[in-house]
Amino acid sequence: MLENYFPVLIFILVGAVVGALPLILGWVVSPSRPDSEKLSPYECGFEAFEDARMKFDVRYYLIAILFILFDLEIAFLFPWATIFKEIVSTDTIKWFGFAEMMVFIAILVVGFVYAWVKGALDWE
Amino acid sequence: MTLAEMPFILPDLRPASAELFVLAMACLILFVDLFVKDTRRTAVFALTQLTLVGAAVVTWAGTSGEVVYTFSNMYVHDFLADMLKQLLYLTDIIVLFYARAYVVDRPLLGRGEFYTLTLFATLGMMVMISANHFITIFLGVELLSLSLYAMVALNRDSATAAEAAMKYLVLGALASGLMLYGMSMIYGAVGSLEIGEVAERLQAGVANHSILVLGLVFLVAGLAFKLGVVPFHMWIPDVYHGAPTAVGLFIGTAPKLAAFAIVLRILANGLLTLSYDWQMMLLIMAVLSIVLGNVAAIAQHNFKRMLAYSAIAHMGFMLLGLAVGVVGGDARFTLNAYSSALFYVVIYVLSSAGAFGMILLMARAGFEAEDLDDYKGLNRRNPWFAAMLMMLMLSMAGIPFFVGFFAKFAVLQAVVASGQIWLAVVAVIFSLIGAFYYLRVVKLMYFDAPADPTPIQAPLEVKALISANGLAVALLGLFPDTLMWFCLLAIRLSLSVFA
Repeated sequence: MLENYFPVLIFILVGAVVGALPLILGWVVSPSRPDSEKLSPYECGFEAFEDARMKFDVRYYLIAILFILFDLEIAFLFPWATIFKEIVSTDTIKWFGFAEMMVFIAILVVGFVYAWVKGALDWE
Repeated sequence: MTLAEMPFILPDLRPASAELFVLAMACLILFVDLFVKDTRRTAVFALTQLTLVGAAVVTWAGTSGEVVYTFSNMYVHDFLADMLKQLLYLTDIIVLFYARAYVVDRPLLGRGEFYTLTLFATLGMMVMISANHFITIFLGVELLSLSLYAMVALNRDSATAAEAAMKYLVLGALASGLMLYGMSMIYGAVGSLEIGEVAERLQAGVANHSILVLGLVFLVAGLAFKLGVVPFHMWIPDVYHGAPTAVGLFIGTAPKLAAFAIVLRILANGLLTLSYDWQMMLLIMAVLSIVLGNVAAIAQHNFKRMLAYSAIAHMGFMLLGLAVGVVGGDARFTLNAYSSALFYVVIYVLSSAGAFGMILLMARAGFEAEDLDDYKGLNRRNPWFAAMLMMLMLSMAGIPFFVGFFAKFAVLQAVVASGQIWLAVVAVIFSLIGAFYYLRVVKLMYFDAPADPTPIQAPLEVKALISANGLAVALLGLFPDTLMWFCLLAIRLSLSVFA
């Protein structure tokens, strides 16, 4: 019965090779003539003025999370809006199609109000 | 094609009314929590408990024993789901009562989020229990996992809690990825994600076997991670140990019920045709878990870590029951095997809730009662609770006439019926080895001098519940028939093999 797993082994090997081969090739084949310009983080001009590995404010995460939330809301809302006329003129899904989106928005509003009252939207 | 021409059936919301109720109440409680000024969050706590009681009533009202599909067959409502959900609400209610005093004493934990996250995790588990579609299963798993990650990290000032949360998040994300990958492979092989349809197409035998097995390996790996069995157990000790005890209690109990449900639905309902392939995987994982869990638990000095390894061993034992369900296409023993696994997981949840409950009972502000040494001489400090903990430990060890014995016995009976005697022998030997560390707790309580003479202070309801929990383990051991009957009924009414 072990031979059934042979494809899995092959798969793992192929996965490892595909992952490792470009790195190894790049390392072996490419010419390596470093100078200080090439090794600087922004070769195009910016002088690096600080280490990138510093602590930064947790507020950025909050903004990022809220952004994802509302980005997704738009992703669902937009296609719905484009066929809204069709939805309300089709008898079978007239109310269902409308209510569905209202429920979706209501759940998001709960989260939004929660974030607002908890102070996630205050920068200071 | 215009919208009017597209086939569309309005989903029947009634089978999912309990989920809708819990969702609505969770949103409401989120609002209420914003406007209560009470630092003890009594209103939030009471509302959460009421929600769980309400959900139990709603589920009770909808229980019929028939199998009803809704949301285009993505969701199933059957007796197994009803039974597991009722047990889930009960576990949650017990967990919240046990955890109450503990979280109130600790300002970072005792905020409204503890209760709302519990409810959202519960909703995730309800979705898992009733899922009939790979996507629904994934949705439930993620809702549960994301809530749990946040709950483990609630105590953000503690380095061990942060470490546990980080490990849990990273490994959990990896496991979710494995599971999704397996699902996508199975979809590639059979062209459907709906469990019933997957089973039909597998039966028809049109799918490419190597793609299927590839998908199955990944899927089983993901499921094994969620159950916490060897070799996907690495997160269990760290998370049980690092998480606040109240959260550890929650993680160690309710999710096992939901994980059992998805394993049963995916493997026994959906991929039964592949049972030859997955049984071997389950058996290997089960034996490894029983061996590693029982041996590693002996080396632990931290009670929570010991319970973590014991959880690994118990989940391994439960997997034994699932693995011997079908022998070479012979489904004669399926009913007994699967219902013994269900019985086992229910009893495990009950005993585990009691054991974690004892830690919470012993803990007080500024004192965690995590070390085994904290239980020294408990008999002299408080003979009643020492007796309760002794009964829980003896039941977990599988000493006869406590219910844990009957749970183990039922699984072993199924294993022997399937003809794999050596498996039963291994399981028994390592359960005997495992009995050592449970009995060590008993020895510490009864034969050692107390290290800490402080009397146990806990609210009356917690004392009463712990007592009920301990006595339940003893009484169910004397009368296991009713619960066993319910388990048999749930499996027979709900699994497609018996339809």
